[in-house]
Amino acid sequence: MNQDDSIHRQVVEVIAQEFELDPEKLTPEATLYDDLGLDSLDAVDLVVALEKSFGVKLANEEAIKAVRTMGDLFALIGSLKPSE
Amino acid sequence: MSGVQLMEEWQKIGGMLSHIAAPVPEINAAELLPRNLRRTMGAMALHATIASREAAADAGLDARLLSSGRVGVVIGSTTGSPEAYEKFYRTFLREESVAEIKSGFFFKVMSHSCAANVCLALGITGEQWAPASACTSSAQAIGLGYLLIKAGRQDAVLCGGADEVHHTVTMVFDVLKAASRKNEPPRRTPAPFDRDRDGVVCGGGSGILVLESLDSALARGAEIYAELLGFGHVNDPVHIANPQEAAMSASMKAALADARLGPGDIDYVNAHATGTLQGDLTEARAICSALGPDVPVSSSKGHIGHTLGAAGSLESILSLEMIRRQELIPTLNLSNPDPECSCIKLVMEKRAQRVDTVMKNNFALGGVNTALIFQRWQK
Repeated sequence: MNQDDSIHRQVVEVIAQEFELDPEKLTPEATLYDDLGLDSLDAVDLVVALEKSFGVKLANEEAIKAVRTMGDLFALIGSLKPSE
Repeated sequence: MSGVQLMEEWQKIGGMLSHIAAPVPEINAAELLPRNLRRTMGAMALHATIASREAAADAGLDARLLSSGRVGVVIGSTTGSPEAYEKFYRTFLREESVAEIKSGFFFKVMSHSCAANVCLALGITGEQWAPASACTSSAQAIGLGYLLIKAGRQDAVLCGGADEVHHTVTMVFDVLKAASRKNEPPRRTPAPFDRDRDGVVCGGGSGILVLESLDSALARGAEIYAELLGFGHVNDPVHIANPQEAAMSASMKAALADARLGPGDIDYVNAHATGTLQGDLTEARAICSALGPDVPVSSSKGHIGHTLGAAGSLESILSLEMIRRQELIPTLNLSNPDPECSCIKLVMEKRAQRVDTVMKNNFALGGVNTALIFQRWQK
């Protein structure tokens, strides 16, 4: 398993647990608001949960606001955890 | 049967001597409510929502009526969720950082957390109110619902209160030397009106009633448990903590006047009596002064503890059940009536008798004195 797969899996785990969602539905194409039913309050908790799980600081608010899909999220977290 | 149990964790808190409470048994909230509703609820809002759903279903208030704008919500509590407050400060103070604070925090701790969450869960578009006056929160809620309906602003109102068992709540009474310390065996305390009573045992939960205008209830063919005839509501400016006989008595007399009844018309008083030395004694004297020495009196707090913001509504529901059964329920743990309270007639055993008109007293720290009068509905 490469670093990207590991990050994807961890993001899916965090989102599935935080928002009580079926991991099967957390595909790269799934949109957070329309497909997964998250809202503005969930967006706040999403950042808290990911920061805690990955031990990172998601300080770039513009980059977070630009996230539309799970794929965007994988990319964002991936960019913060460069592969070794 | 008593709901009081030992709270083992509280034994570790320095200086705290009361280790007992009457909490709501564990429920699986995920089975009852979707995540997007639960995320903003502490225990009290959760219990208020479940109770409100039960009350609305029992009254036959369907989704269309609840969202008609003619149905409102008045639900109070002492504060927002103390458990959520404690979690916030523990998280915040660890590193003086908000980085781990989640979005639901404020909605769990705000003073109208119960009312707001109930309105959201039930699709209420009428008025939302949330009286916060500690032990009279839900008595005020019922009184306010009554006024809203009398004023023609709402046809029906879901009324009541909620509070949750938490060590920081019992601490309030522990600090004031008003919490029971009879930790063993837990089920033998509190003992309202007993000569050996030693204080309050806090309880949790929620009680919700549906108040409705008579015209609306009759038109819908709703089952009517009782009619709310009077609401007495009197402030005591003498002392912020000490109960005052005059103010208690005045609230009962005000309720009688509002109901256009005389002292002899009350069949039973469900007392506030929490099990404190001074509170029970003062209330006994006030009842005697307002209603005379012959009306039967008991307190429900031996069974469910002092449920604070939920006390007025939960005890009103218990009083309505006594009307339905035509039966009086005595005070649990009252074995040896305090001779100082002998000016009233304490109910000492469960007994069948005519129970048509009931007075429900509630008093709060801070000077709030309330009395509600319910009467069995007869066509």
